[in-house]
Amino acid sequence: MKIAVCVKQVPDTPAKRMNRQTNRLDRSGEGALNPFDTQAVEEALRLKEAEGPGEVVLVSMGPPTAGDAMRKALAMGADRAILITDEAAAGSDLVATSRALAAALERESPDLVLFGQYAADSEGAVLWAAVAERLRRPMISQVAELTVDNGSVTGRRQTEFGYDVIRAPLPAVVAVSDAINEPRYPSLKGIMGAKRKPQDTLSLGDLGLEAAQAGEQGSRTTVLALHDPPPRGESRTIEDDGGAADEIVEFLAEKRLL
Amino acid sequence: MTTLVFLEHHGDEILKTSLGVLSKAAEVGGQVEGVLVGSGVEPLASSAGKFGASTVLVADDPRLEAALPQPRVDVLAALVRDRGHENVLLAQSILGADVAAGLAARLEAGLNWQLTDVLTRDGELVGRQPALSDSVVCEVGWTETPRLALFRAGALDPVASGGEARVERVEPELEDFSLTAEMVEQAHEESEGPSIEDADVIVAGGRGLGGPENFTLVEDLAKALGGAVAATRAVVDAGWYPYQTQVGQTGKTVSPKLYIACGISGAIQHKVGMQASNVIVSINKDPNAPIFEYSDLGVVGDVHAIVPKLTELVRARRGG
Ligand SMILES: Cc1cc2nc3c(=O)[nH]c(=O)nc-3n(C[C@H](O)[C@H](O)[C@H](O)COP(=O)(O)OP(=O)(O)OC[C@H]3O[C@@H](n4cnc5c(N)ncnc54)[C@H](O)[C@@H]3O)c2cc1C
Ligand SMILES: Nc1ncnc2c1ncn2[C@@H]1O[C@H](COP(=O)(O)O)[C@@H](O)[C@H]1O
Repeated sequence: MKIAVCVKQVPDTPAKRMNRQTNRLDRSGEGALNPFDTQAVEEALRLKEAEGPGEVVLVSMGPPTAGDAMRKALAMGADRAILITDEAAAGSDLVATSRALAAALERESPDLVLFGQYAADSEGAVLWAAVAERLRRPMISQVAELTVDNGSVTGRRQTEFGYDVIRAPLPAVVAVSDAINEPRYPSLKGIMGAKRKPQDTLSLGDLGLEAAQAGEQGSRTTVLALHDPPPRGESRTIEDDGGAADEIVEFLAEKRLL
Repeated sequence: MTTLVFLEHHGDEILKTSLGVLSKAAEVGGQVEGVLVGSGVEPLASSAGKFGASTVLVADDPRLEAALPQPRVDVLAALVRDRGHENVLLAQSILGADVAAGLAARLEAGLNWQLTDVLTRDGELVGRQPALSDSVVCEVGWTETPRLALFRAGALDPVASGGEARVERVEPELEDFSLTAEMVEQAHEESEGPSIEDADVIVAGGRGLGGPENFTLVEDLAKALGGAVAATRAVVDAGWYPYQTQVGQTGKTVSPKLYIACGISGAIQHKVGMQASNVIVSINKDPNAPIFEYSDLGVVGDVHAIVPKLTELVRARRGG
């Protein structure tokens, strides 16, 4: 079975990283693999291990440095990586990102496309539905338990009302929740081996897309202004040096909560 | 301005979150229509008039019975194309988010999510979007119509204005691929036992507890404080604690006097269910955990070391 996993590079600590000049996220500095994508990678590896011969391909769109973040997923055991990277793709919104990713996935035509729970920077939890629509494939989101058999995929997921079990024929798109598994840590051998695994980069042109179909031009949303959040009163963070329990009790007493 | 609002329903009720979005659409002004999609749902339609819908479009079809997003994209896309809605607004639920994003791709339309409010400025729609763990508030816009928006759970309250809605049936044409996913089973959890929604004190546990057996830590603290125990989705889905105790976007919304978060990262979907708590205390070993952004007192430390001690101290104080 061929499985594609969509992964994203996100800033190390996304909070407080807006660039007030461009109204865009500051993507300079250290980037990390979106923590919620490690569960998608793990699930792909488990499926491959269980289903016999197959391949796990990572697909991402991002700046050239996103290749470093993808290497962590290669170290976990993915077979190769594809990075869509292009100056003209910077600032892509959902419409533009889903277009480019779908074009790359179309070329790979995997049996299953996996997504993580959400991107720690966008907090969208939506991209898979746009990609599935462009691929015209069935989709199951928020999956906390996944099984593949007989050419179909079944996902159990929590909703506002209880639990759903949804089945779809392959090829399909599935977004997993962070409860689905405990991602493995890359082994030393995995880390060493990752450097030799194929990492391809694709431009928009390679995907048959015009510059105007991505980036700000290809997007349909804008950020007009940034404001500070409303202050939340006094807020204090302390480090536990053995006395934290006492400090909490003192604080609760002060607030008349004891 | 013409606006279409997706009216999500469960059982025989339109969801409060959808009615909140509908009320907001009515406040923004122009012509507001609702769309109701399902099987046997027509009787629910007229109730949306009270919250500002002039018309409720109803796609009532046995193939639409299960709450799956892709056929709903077919229904909404056809309506927007035929009737020229400039705005499509939805409440951000599991279903609503998937419908909105599928529709964005189908219509090549801009989608802004996690909005807490929307207003018009110079004839343009402007959305209010807390972002990056709510560390910044963005004003967001759309470059073209249709404009798509998802509103955060609990951000908008329904406001009854007392109108009447005309109900109009629509006959959906559904794509083949939209109908390939099927609902095999649906289990609706009935709550039992005391509700955490009424508790004055809540002690909540997350994945940082390390395992189901460690929930005794939060149970003991809750007991000492005379409070209830809550949990995150991650631990509920892992089977560590029951569904009824889950706080957040897909769980309960609580507003106790005191909320103590133990080993919880503080993801936005958890926050929306507990941010109205009077006082929030959190214990997390990661100094960068988002929960610290909105805690009155944040403690960087290990729950296993701190919580038992805290329980002892509370017991001693309350006992003596
Ligand atoms: C559509 C959607 C709906 C959702 N609905 C909900 C919902 O209703 N409710 C909900 O809660 N979530 C919901 N989520 C999931 C949410 O995004 C988070 O994934 C989830 O809240 C994380 O749970 P957690 O904090 O227990 O786990 P984690 O995010 O894994 O956090 C565990 C934390 O514990 C800390 N920790 C680890 N060990 C220790 C220790 N020894 N001492 C102290 N701290 C420690 C870690 O630093 C970490 O910050 C939803 C997500 C989506 C996409
Ligand atoms: N630029 C990207 N490239 C590849 N995959 C992505 C990208 N952005 C988001 N994803 C995937 O989509 C999921 C949901 O992202 P979002 O809808 O932005 O929260 C993430 O967990 C990733 O699996």
